[in-house]
Amino acid sequence: MLNPDLVGRTFTSADSVTVTKEAIQKFAEVLGESNFDIAPPTFSISITLDQSQSLLQDSGLDWTRVVHGEQRFEIKRPIIAGDVLVGSSTIESARNVAGNEIVTVRSDLHAGSNLVVSTWSTLVVRA
Amino acid sequence: MSQLVTGQELPAKTFTINRAVLIQYADASGDQNPIHQDEAFAKSVGLPDVIAHGMLTMGLTGKYLSDISGAEKVIEFSAKFIKPVVVPANTEVFLIVSGKVGEIADGLAKIELLAMCNEIKVLGVAKGVIKL
Repeated sequence: MLNPDLVGRTFTSADSVTVTKEAIQKFAEVLGESNFDIAPPTFSISITLDQSQSLLQDSGLDWTRVVHGEQRFEIKRPIIAGDVLVGSSTIESARNVAGNEIVTVRSDLHAGSNLVVSTWSTLVVRA
Repeated sequence: MSQLVTGQELPAKTFTINRAVLIQYADASGDQNPIHQDEAFAKSVGLPDVIAHGMLTMGLTGKYLSDISGAEKVIEFSAKFIKPVVVPANTEVFLIVSGKVGEIADGLAKIELLAMCNEIKVLGVAKGVIKL
């Protein structure tokens, strides 16, 4: 059970991530994308997954029962090779529906002071 | 791409998923959850078999969206994961993605997306917004 006091809690990663062309290519190739200059629209999940897991890991949430319910991306500009991104994740909401806990985590990636992408991951913790 | 018109149906594309693709996606995305690779583990947690990463299904649907406009013009993309894509061993599973042009305003077009696997809708209210 997630402690409701944790809503609003933010985790900012200590280290920045430098996006390499190789990382974009590896991700793009699985999707059949041949343009490696620009990251595919869902690429940011490969950066934000770790930080949202770090945020939730010590929050009392049973990670083994987590199912991905919903995902949303708002892309201010495409991620490109050479971007140096700093991520922060916030628990935006937590509610209980029919015994299942539904948690929404927002993750932002910034390049310097500019917001590059915001993503919302809704996770369902099965009862 | 020729000019988009509200209500226009966009041609379907088929994406092939198999166990090798799941391993490749796990390595590319960092999501090494064993339910996407280890059949015994998947079954031990009540799943019918290994299932594809929801974000792989969404990623392939995102590729469909990128093909409409170019990846650089995709500014919003969202979906619900309503049914798992089950990937048995030594089997190719086909994800069929199609789209319909929604509202067009202020240089932006909404695209409603449909992702089907074995005639089952796997993503719910999948949609994107692209710059024209």
